[in-house]
Amino acid sequence: MYEVIAFYVFAISTTILFLITAFSKNVLYAMTALASGMVMISGFFFLLGADFLGVVQLIVYVGAVMALYAFGMMFFDATKDIKEKHQNPTLVFILGGLMALVFVIMFSAPIIGENVQAIHPVIEGVGNAQAVGMVLFTKYLVAFEVAAVMLLVAMIAGIILAGKKMDYSLTTNDDTYDHEDEILKGAGK
Amino acid sequence: MESLLYIALFAPFVGSLFAGLFFARSPRTHLVGVVNSALIGIAFIASVILAIHVAKYGAVQVTMMEWISIGDLTIPFGFLVDEISVTMMVVVTLVSTVVHIYSTGYMSHDKSYNRFFSYLSAFVFSMMILVMSDNFAGLFIGWEGVGVCSWLLIGFWYHKADKTFEENPSISPSWAANEAFIMNRIADLGMLVGIFLIYWNVGSLQYDIVFDALPQLADGILVAIAIALFIGAMGKSAQFPLHTWLTDAMEGPTPVSALIHAATMVTAGVFLIIRANPLYSLDAVAGVSYFIAVLGTFVAFYAASMALTARDIKRIVALSTLSQLGYMFAAVGLGAYWIALFHLAAHAFFKALLFLGAGNVMHAMDDELDIFKMGGLRKAMVGSYIYMGIASIALAGLPFFAGFWSKDAIIETAFNEGTYILWGMLVITAGMTAFYSFRQVFFTFHGEERYKALGFQPHDMYKYVLVAMAPLAALAISFGWFMDDFKGFITKNLPVYEMSEHTHHLAGYLGALVILFALIGIAIAWKKYGGTGAKAWKKDEKLADSFVYKLLENQYYVPKFYDEFIVQPYTILSAKFWEFDKKVVDGSVDLIARLFYKSGDVSRDMQNGNLSSYLNWMGAGALLLILAAAVAAVIG
Amino acid sequence: MIGVSHYLILSGLLFSIGFMGVLRRKNLLMLFFATEMMLNASNIAFVAIGNYYGDLSGQMFAFFVIAVAASEVAVGLGLLILLYKKYGSLDLDVISAMKG
Repeated sequence: MYEVIAFYVFAISTTILFLITAFSKNVLYAMTALASGMVMISGFFFLLGADFLGVVQLIVYVGAVMALYAFGMMFFDATKDIKEKHQNPTLVFILGGLMALVFVIMFSAPIIGENVQAIHPVIEGVGNAQAVGMVLFTKYLVAFEVAAVMLLVAMIAGIILAGKKMDYSLTTNDDTYDHEDEILKGAGK
Repeated sequence: MESLLYIALFAPFVGSLFAGLFFARSPRTHLVGVVNSALIGIAFIASVILAIHVAKYGAVQVTMMEWISIGDLTIPFGFLVDEISVTMMVVVTLVSTVVHIYSTGYMSHDKSYNRFFSYLSAFVFSMMILVMSDNFAGLFIGWEGVGVCSWLLIGFWYHKADKTFEENPSISPSWAANEAFIMNRIADLGMLVGIFLIYWNVGSLQYDIVFDALPQLADGILVAIAIALFIGAMGKSAQFPLHTWLTDAMEGPTPVSALIHAATMVTAGVFLIIRANPLYSLDAVAGVSYFIAVLGTFVAFYAASMALTARDIKRIVALSTLSQLGYMFAAVGLGAYWIALFHLAAHAFFKALLFLGAGNVMHAMDDELDIFKMGGLRKAMVGSYIYMGIASIALAGLPFFAGFWSKDAIIETAFNEGTYILWGMLVITAGMTAFYSFRQVFFTFHGEERYKALGFQPHDMYKYVLVAMAPLAALAISFGWFMDDFKGFITKNLPVYEMSEHTHHLAGYLGALVILFALIGIAIAWKKYGGTGAKAWKKDEKLADSFVYKLLENQYYVPKFYDEFIVQPYTILSAKFWEFDKKVVDGSVDLIARLFYKSGDVSRDMQNGNLSSYLNWMGAGALLLILAAAVAAVIG
Repeated sequence: MIGVSHYLILSGLLFSIGFMGVLRRKNLLMLFFATEMMLNASNIAFVAIGNYYGDLSGQMFAFFVIAVAASEVAVGLGLLILLYKKYGSLDLDVISAMKG
């Protein structure tokens, strides 16, 4: 019973929060709604018994990703409402609505293949984090390591891309100002 | 002997290549004429030696190489020189040699002199293949080669514009060439069907195998083959109703006409029937053979009647060829193959002579063809007069000349077979032949000198040309004397045809009757056209306006009929089809192209460089994929 | 009782919301948010199905999806900053340099 209540609460709130994210004009609202939505999603993970993933979701998404976005936003004047020209909004709703309809119809049909065998069955008697760890460091070790390297590469790439000309302020200098020219002039003196 | 055979066959080909490859772009040079004439002469000498060899030791058969070998079908490039083909070879090469030498004089002012010799030699080469092949496929190659060369040669002066003739709706060399080629194509279809039928039922195209297998075939198939092959022969030999091309082919240079009529083309049809005599002698195809005889007789009469009123000197000669071909077919149809071949040879000699003489007259009269404008020319051109006279006597069938023996034999055959109607028509035709050939001679060489008023200054041909024509004249006189020798030679290969005792008794009377008819014809011609002064010919307006005269002058309106009911509807139909082709066939292709253009034009907006709209398209695509997956899941 | 279809339908709906966001957003940052939503929606589906089958593979997939999303955000944000420096805007209509 609690599970049902929890599911519907989480479901409704996630949907509303995501709708805000998708349709809000204000970046700050959108981001806040997204972060809240992520928290709610971690609730589903807990409901489904995936404790470890729920924690990861909280830490990585809500903690790290959202923090990154928040930092990124410092560059982009987040306080202003963004102006977007929507060429044909009806098309968006038709396509999105159609997709939702297709998914609902597809998933409300009974799931086929009842006799599917579990490849990595949930280990009885151990906690979820422990079970995940056992699978992750046996079957998925290589993928895990690759993901780790990928994260490292992404981190370095992010630093390099964002860090170039960090000392150069966009807000105080206008576009016509040529930074490199100045350096060259200085060298010429 | 093999090498002689190849020399006879390939000497004309070498000549054609010599003129065509090395002198195609050079200005006219007599070297070409001399070399080609010499090569044809060599072919003639080789043919004569081969003939002697064949007479002594029998047929020569060689296989040069495998030509087609697919599955069960093997067609070798083989050549057979037996009594029939060697006769044809000698006739063809002799006439061609004379025509070649003649052409060196006749065409000496033409700027396409070299081209002419290239075609002429190729024509002879094609005919040699046709005659010498030992299978139907080779014969067909030669058959088509002759068709192509005739097209090239009839249309030799292709640049001449269309002229309207009184007898013909419209005609020019290129038109006549196309007509000849198309008519022959129609007939060739029949020929091809015949060859296919033979291969289908016998499994081989070699003459000996096919003729051995014939008696085992069903009657219906034999009749079908006989009819199909005869249709092919009808086209080449210009039998009714495919005859109109022959008179129109007079648009070509005169030596070409001589070659077509005497040696290399129209005789091919008769040769085919003679070659296939084992087929046509069978009882099963007696009906077809009889039809051939009837058609031949009809054509003999029909062509002779048209020649009575023709004014064009070459057309008269052409119609006489048609008539004589009718005689040959009558003989073939009645089973007298060797007589037909004999007449073919005799006819080749005097007809070539007649054509070359007509060419001389044309040459003298600046290409004027209307005999009404000539007359009294014998003073200006004695040589040509004598030659034309000899040829006309031979054609008319007066005693001791070549035409007498052969034509008389055919008429006798018709009597012997009991087909008295055919016999009667042939006798009457003989009289008409005498009339029109002497009408032409008298019109041209006797009577008032009408040409003087028109400002012509006739002059005879070069001396050497006249000398070169002498062998033809000699043979036109004397060929008939060797009838018995020829019979002995040729009947080794062809069925002997003997007159019955009854006919033999009457032979003298029959011959006399024919001569009588011929003499009456000549006498009428002399009376009407031979006189001078007060007795001179005057145009008889009343006669010229009569229905029969008009009918004959317009060739029984057959060309007009063809034009109105076949050519013009066909032209309209073709125009319609062209329209259809343009609108529907081309249109559908264009439509596809336009579709792509249009869709490209429309979808170009997709590629506007805006990532957002790209995303929209991608989203639509993703949705489609998901839909497809859903549908597949439901169906699967 | 809440079954696997409930989760899947929810996941589909959230995915569609993200999809609509992708379609309508012109601002690159908002586009990133929309893709995050889609990724999360798919994660719910993975975990739900894994739970239904009693299989850990679903969770593993979701785990790697999170890892990929994290690196994507790291690199993507760096690129966004560069673009913003270059054009002074993150609007796709402004940054349409692909016009042929």
